[in-house]
Amino acid sequence: MAISLEGDVPSDSVASPPSTFDISWDRTFRGLTRFFSWMTIFLVLYILYEIAGKAFPAVQEFGLSFVTGTTWDANRGEFGVFPEIWGTLYSSLLALAIGGFFGISIAIFLTQDFLPPRLELVFKNIVELLAAIPSVVYGLWGIYVVIPAMRPTANWVHEHLGWIPFFKTSLSGPGMLPAALVLSIMVLPTISAVSRDALSSVPHKLKEAAFGLGATRWEAILGVILPTSATGIFGALVLGFGRALGETMALAMLVGNSNQVSLSLFSPANTLAALLANNFPEAGQQEEGVLMYAALILMAITLLVNLVGTAIMNRASSHLSGEVK
Amino acid sequence: MNDSDSNNSAGIDSDSEEIELTRSFADVDFPRLERSLRHPRTLFSSGLSLMTGIVTVVACIPLFSVLIMLMYRGGKRLGLELLTETPPSAFESGGGFGNAIVGTLTMVGIAALIAVPFGILAAVFLAEFGPKSKTASAVRFCAKLLTGFPSILAGVFAYAAVVLLTGTYSAPAGGIALSILMLPIVLLTAEESIKMVPKKMKEAAIGMGATQTQVVWKVILPTALPGMLTGVMLAVARAAGETAPLLFTALNSNYWIVQDGELALMEPTASLAVLIFNFSGVPFESQIELAWAAALVLVLIVLIINIGGQLLSRKRVLR
Repeated sequence: MAISLEGDVPSDSVASPPSTFDISWDRTFRGLTRFFSWMTIFLVLYILYEIAGKAFPAVQEFGLSFVTGTTWDANRGEFGVFPEIWGTLYSSLLALAIGGFFGISIAIFLTQDFLPPRLELVFKNIVELLAAIPSVVYGLWGIYVVIPAMRPTANWVHEHLGWIPFFKTSLSGPGMLPAALVLSIMVLPTISAVSRDALSSVPHKLKEAAFGLGATRWEAILGVILPTSATGIFGALVLGFGRALGETMALAMLVGNSNQVSLSLFSPANTLAALLANNFPEAGQQEEGVLMYAALILMAITLLVNLVGTAIMNRASSHLSGEVK
Repeated sequence: MNDSDSNNSAGIDSDSEEIELTRSFADVDFPRLERSLRHPRTLFSSGLSLMTGIVTVVACIPLFSVLIMLMYRGGKRLGLELLTETPPSAFESGGGFGNAIVGTLTMVGIAALIAVPFGILAAVFLAEFGPKSKTASAVRFCAKLLTGFPSILAGVFAYAAVVLLTGTYSAPAGGIALSILMLPIVLLTAEESIKMVPKKMKEAAIGMGATQTQVVWKVILPTALPGMLTGVMLAVARAAGETAPLLFTALNSNYWIVQDGELALMEPTASLAVLIFNFSGVPFESQIELAWAAALVLVLIVLIINIGGQLLSRKRVLR
């Protein structure tokens, strides 16, 4: 049976090979998507280039003394961001300690069948909504709710335990602790969501094996589930730390913008991001270049932390998928 | 227990069996097997359960505290004049922030116009045309870096790249700063939702002779639309609440973006978030009240967009 192509196609058929337009549009569109993919990479490089380039003159002028200097005086042209670097790391670590404890506890509570699924979902959504509130609103809430609520307790602690370096100043208004507390609320959803994923990716078999051996619920959690998901949870903490380092508004409103290095939880301080937020709008020519240098330092720190976090998360997922069939 | 089992199955010498049985049961310490709070193990376990439960409930307090304070302090001022008037100066009472709402919408709109096509086209490449290519993994890596990128640095970048170039603070500069924050959200969620489109549907279209581009436009994008919309709405909600990138790109303004019938796009532009920030630190009661009212409006906008986006994706899962 010989097939003649033309004979088989009914004369009223709408089928036809792609027209020249179809083919050229196909090529253009594919090229377009490739172009925008490249643009994403280009955008990241351009951001790095732009900030580093604008910071370059200040880097040349001030060098390393900028990182170790402790005064910020635009009139005398003296700039140092050591207090800001200290404040950034200190506030982020405090926030990580509080937010990490809460976040991981919540993740455990919401993945290990403590609650009926419906209630689990309700709490999960509430914790996710915490992330939806804009940071400037948290700042406003911090100023008018957290600080007044905290002040009596803080000053009582200062009076009675003032010899401990953490409490050696009184809380007169903005300060490190209210800032770190609000910051911890803001990193909590990240930490709890990422560690919830890590916890729920632990195979059920492992948990059931532990129960079968007679473990109590928490012996199973502490002995089996947490160690298995440790990499993922650690990644969650690192990502939360990265979030805390770059958070701006709540800190700019609550930390007090004071250039000092202090261990005290109640003394005002400053962070790199808050410094940028507060000084940039009114900066002169020289201060602007210097602020670009501060932005460069902030970018270097956050990029480093996020790189480490992403690497850990990648290892966590490949580790689990490699081990479990 | 094992001993008694084996003896049962043997079951010839009844006397020795009875002795064996009682002895093996005597070995078992029954009170220890009961679940009772008197044992340190169970006590420890229940204690920790209680603690995590309390911690979870405590973590919900800030959300409700914020919402209640917003309604209490911001709700007082709710009224139509908030939407139609411009902010008061220090000693005036009344006023509103209509210009800031318009400004926020304008800048989020500009940001969405840039980030949505950009992100979705890149996502189509990542999910369809070259999912395993080196470009794709590099793009994914860059997008993940951008998710963790501090918002203030997006502002610094837009300042350096746009404000210094155009010589003025403007709405487009603010929009560009916001688009950098929206891009990774749009891109990564769009990629995920395109990947969820069943392979069969694509193959059916290819089998009928469609070009890859036709498959994308006629099959993949319509099917993945709800998921992509969720991503877009989450990104819009995030951008609407951002302050830091606008502080020194759009600055602030007490005037409407449309002045005397002319669109003043290349001028400093007001936004809700920056207005809240500026008014939060002032000693004037009427401006502080306005900051609370603006915060209430902002949170309402953000929450509505957010919940709307999540409902979209939930519907998709049910179907």
